[in-house]
Amino acid sequence: MTPLYEFGAFGDTGALVAAVCIGIAFGWCLERAGMGSARKLAAQFYLTDLTVFKVMFSAVVTAMLGAFWLGRLGVLDLSRVYVPETFLAPQLVGGLVFGAGFVIGGLCPGTSCVAAATGRIDGIVLMLGMFLGVLGTGLAFAPLRHFYDSTPRGTFTLPALLHLPYGGVVLAVVVMALAGFRGAEWIERRRSAEGAGA
Amino acid sequence: MRPQRPYSNPYLAGVSLGLVLLAAYVVMGRGLGASGAFASSAAGLTAAISPPRADSSAYLAGYLQADGGPWRNWLLWEIAGVLVGGFLSAWLAGRLRVETERGPRISDGTRLAAALAGGVLMGVGAVFARGCTSGQALTGGALLSVGSWGFMLMAFAGAYLVAPLVRRAWT
Repeated sequence: MTPLYEFGAFGDTGALVAAVCIGIAFGWCLERAGMGSARKLAAQFYLTDLTVFKVMFSAVVTAMLGAFWLGRLGVLDLSRVYVPETFLAPQLVGGLVFGAGFVIGGLCPGTSCVAAATGRIDGIVLMLGMFLGVLGTGLAFAPLRHFYDSTPRGTFTLPALLHLPYGGVVLAVVVMALAGFRGAEWIERRRSAEGAGA
Repeated sequence: MRPQRPYSNPYLAGVSLGLVLLAAYVVMGRGLGASGAFASSAAGLTAAISPPRADSSAYLAGYLQADGGPWRNWLLWEIAGVLVGGFLSAWLAGRLRVETERGPRISDGTRLAAALAGGVLMGVGAVFARGCTSGQALTGGALLSVGSWGFMLMAFAGAYLVAPLVRRAWT
């Protein structure tokens, strides 16, 4: 039965070894996809290269289907997999601020680490900025805490929100992602045709 | 010098990334992340310089009180792995290069100032969102968390809203 760590297959030091191994695979995948390149990521927001969308949504769909089917087959106990808790208002506002920072900086926190590791100075500087942003918010936390803790919904999933079965939402996300991929290919083809014509 | 190889097919890379995320669920019962590593090291460093200052922040104190303390944070070790994995992948593909990546119309200095500013904004946003593209969009997204999907949609919205204002930096 899995998750292995939750069922006591290894201890806390083993968990850190697993963290390094999983991190290596994570960094490898991001670099292979070209996600360590700020120009490539920023191009997502000018609709000239939709790699960010394609990589993110194929990853979400893959992990979502895997978790769903492993749960259904009784291999993975989904009640022991931590689902990030929902705090609606701070997460929506945080998302907006985060998105603004993403297009200004060109990298997100994880991809900035890949950029930095491959020699990019902008990646190192973005990591520093990220560190300062978290540190500053942490040090100025007292007056912000009320908003940070507002609108708590606990573990709150789309099937619960929409009153639909888990499998139904999974299917809907797959269909939306496939439609999104077709749309992304269409946009890129149109953009490159425009570029060739100019 | 090795020849520089092109990047992988994005769908193939995405599926691989999804399998890594699935492996994290199966092995650990949790997903991937990045901003938590910055938060835990910020807490650890503040505590090393001024313990009372760190304890006075409920946010930083949360990381200090975690099992094993701030330096045994799971995401911190995972991010150490990301640095190694990113380096190895780029090295084997001939893509290691010391450079400042920027758009054609701005200087290196402007690019680095924007990277710093963008990083600060993302740091602030990630605290309130309780995670970033990895911990919320990918990890919570694949587990269908409402807050994660809300974060993801708002992050894309924020980026598309600001993109026209900073077009000069990238095109």
